Amino acid sequence: MEQKMRRVVIPSQCLGDAGPFKAGRGTFTEAGKIYSEHLGILNQEGDVLQVIPLKGRYNPIPGDFVIGIVLEAMQSSWLIDINAPYPAVLHVNEAPWEVEFGDTARYLNTGDSVLAKVLSVDESKKLQVTLNDRNLYKIKGGNILEVDPSIVPRIIGKKGSMIANIKKYSRCRIFVGQNGRIWIDGPVDGIDLVLLAINKIESEAISYGLTDRVEELLKQHAKDVR
Amino acid sequence: MKPEKLIVDGRRLDGRGPNDLRKIKIEAGVLHRADGSCYLEWGGNKVFAAVYGPREAVPRHTQNPLRAIVKARYNMAAFSVEDRKRPGPDRRSVEISKVISEALERVILTEQFPRASVDVCIEVLDAEAGTRCAGLTAAAVALVDAGIPMRDIPVACAAGKIDGQVVVDLGKEEDNYGQADLPIAIAPRTGEVLLMQMDGHLTVEEFNKAFDMAVESCGKVSEIQKKAILQRYHAVDEVIE
Amino acid sequence: MTVIPLLKKEYVTKLGEEGKRVDGRAFDEFRQITIETNCVNKAEGSALVKIGNTQVIVGIKMDLGEPFPDTPDCGVLSTAAELIPLASPDFEAGPPQRDAIELARVVDRGVRESEVVDIHKLVITPGEKVWIVFIDIHILDYDGNLFDAASLGALAALLTTKMPILRMMESGALVKKDLEAWYNRTHIEEIREIYSHPDIDEIVAKKKKGTVKNIRLPMTEPPISCTAVKISNFVFFDPSLDEDELADARLTVATDANGDIRAMQKGLAGSFSKEEIQNVIQGALENGRKIREQLFTKIGK
Repeated sequence: MEQKMRRVVIPSQCLGDAGPFKAGRGTFTEAGKIYSEHLGILNQEGDVLQVIPLKGRYNPIPGDFVIGIVLEAMQSSWLIDINAPYPAVLHVNEAPWEVEFGDTARYLNTGDSVLAKVLSVDESKKLQVTLNDRNLYKIKGGNILEVDPSIVPRIIGKKGSMIANIKKYSRCRIFVGQNGRIWIDGPVDGIDLVLLAINKIESEAISYGLTDRVEELLKQHAKDVR
Repeated sequence: MKPEKLIVDGRRLDGRGPNDLRKIKIEAGVLHRADGSCYLEWGGNKVFAAVYGPREAVPRHTQNPLRAIVKARYNMAAFSVEDRKRPGPDRRSVEISKVISEALERVILTEQFPRASVDVCIEVLDAEAGTRCAGLTAAAVALVDAGIPMRDIPVACAAGKIDGQVVVDLGKEEDNYGQADLPIAIAPRTGEVLLMQMDGHLTVEEFNKAFDMAVESCGKVSEIQKKAILQRYHAVDEVIE
Repeated sequence: MTVIPLLKKEYVTKLGEEGKRVDGRAFDEFRQITIETNCVNKAEGSALVKIGNTQVIVGIKMDLGEPFPDTPDCGVLSTAAELIPLASPDFEAGPPQRDAIELARVVDRGVRESEVVDIHKLVITPGEKVWIVFIDIHILDYDGNLFDAASLGALAALLTTKMPILRMMESGALVKKDLEAWYNRTHIEEIREIYSHPDIDEIVAKKKKGTVKNIRLPMTEPPISCTAVKISNFVFFDPSLDEDELADARLTVATDANGDIRAMQKGLAGSFSKEEIQNVIQGALENGRKIREQLFTKIGK
């Protein structure tokens, strides 16, 4: 393969000395050395070494926009699966409706999908999400697919360039959740085009110059979308 | 039936020298559904490992508020042995599951996931001596493939004594008719011992020798593990320190 | 427990109205099937079957034992399935759940009622000593349509099974007198070749391998099972994982080389009309023909 690859590192691989370098995310320090703590891509920013994961569950961060699926409607809250290790709680106060106690299922029930924002993550990793923000709502129509959360930044691209291209050529509405869930709505052949592009990004996520190659692919196939 | 000799002219029954491993083949990411997976062939052993998680531990009372629990399940397929084994866990597989869980827990950064569990399934499809070492080695690769944060990538290998000689990686007849078996698992970066069992009879001197030889073999297996992981991401040419 | 988003069902329905499926297949089209046999050394027969990303391994073990009292002149078939937690985040360890038992029984029916294994030829002494055939199904990766993968795996494993005659003789469970009695009942020539082999005693005593012929299981034409699911008003063959989980109803039909039906199983709470059932039978016949061809090519028949 000619394309230049990013450097893949594995857990316990030594990345450098803790003097000249600083240990960033995805690393740990032991006896003056910095090691990778998981499978990922080595990234150096200034003197900080960090490892961006290649695989793994979504690690929720407050403020992230995510796509959640309702697991259960409880008396005064809902339990939402956001693809993290733990289900998140959506309290009725964080929903845009006046919900009476015990009446939650009328608004959201098992299997419904929502665009939500991560509200808080406490020390024992209890998660809360909210619907109280602009553009957060219960999703209707379209389809949801899942990718590894680690490739979300690649699907969005630098300053959103990748996702803007995909939207332009496919004529679809797309929302990419930080948790690796992607909601797509639009003409059926447009959705096919989005899937094609995302498959390419998934399989070539660790190489450079992906935005251009995906745009070429989109151009090639876009004539099929009317 | 016991062969007359297990070592003839310095060669073992399958032609190996005392320090030689059986053939090992490892492939990472072989299952679609699991978060991480591995297929491993080690001599006549064939093993699949899959990892699910970290995910909220169930039932609730098993949760640890400070860290993730590690639940490995070692299971042998009914058809993996000469006489069909009844499906489901027996005392032997429960014990092996326990010692493997404990060995893996030591290297996983469990404090990052309070209340969660990391579930590891090890399925032995073909068994021919050394399945716990093969299972643990495969499980370690599956954990890395699942993106689980770890301090080290554990690896296992056995040494033992046959015909009065210390050798590594006992084959089937060596296991059945040898004088001692010493499976160990280590964290190869630090050299910590994560799993060790022994049965048979060894002098202290023989133990020391067997231990050193097993550790050396673990180093060889560790390289195969790392290569398998990088291969999955088409990055074999990367240098491993 | 994984919860599947409800909007997926609307999406599958919307595509269905345009004559399409989520993964681009035709309604009656199977995913790619691969069959690999003899993949487990310790088993008497084995097969790894992939349908798309679904992977199932089936191993056959044989033993000698007593027949059931009500069928003294039949060998014994025993089918078990394990939905091991390796294969799906929703499979749990522990005793077989209802789904695993249904799966095992459907495969069992496909094998037993169709008489694909000639169990009358597995009798050594009626009422006393017969062959027992254990079919163990291990699901490795669940991505939809376990029924067809498991049934096909069981057939491929049975068709490549070599009976462990020498092993049974070595352990003393089977003696020359037994082989004579077995031959007189079945007239399988290879049996006579074994007990009349001039060196047979020595072969058994010294565990010489490969010196006598292997005997395959006595088999007849295998029926091939094909499964379809109904979602809203559409019927899809070889359901993917999403389609399996969204399905209102499921129908498995096993058909033979003559184009006859040999076993059926309807599952789940939804229903089928007679017309839909006939449509599934037609699709099962067509797909069954192709799969049978592939199976025979694989095992060299």
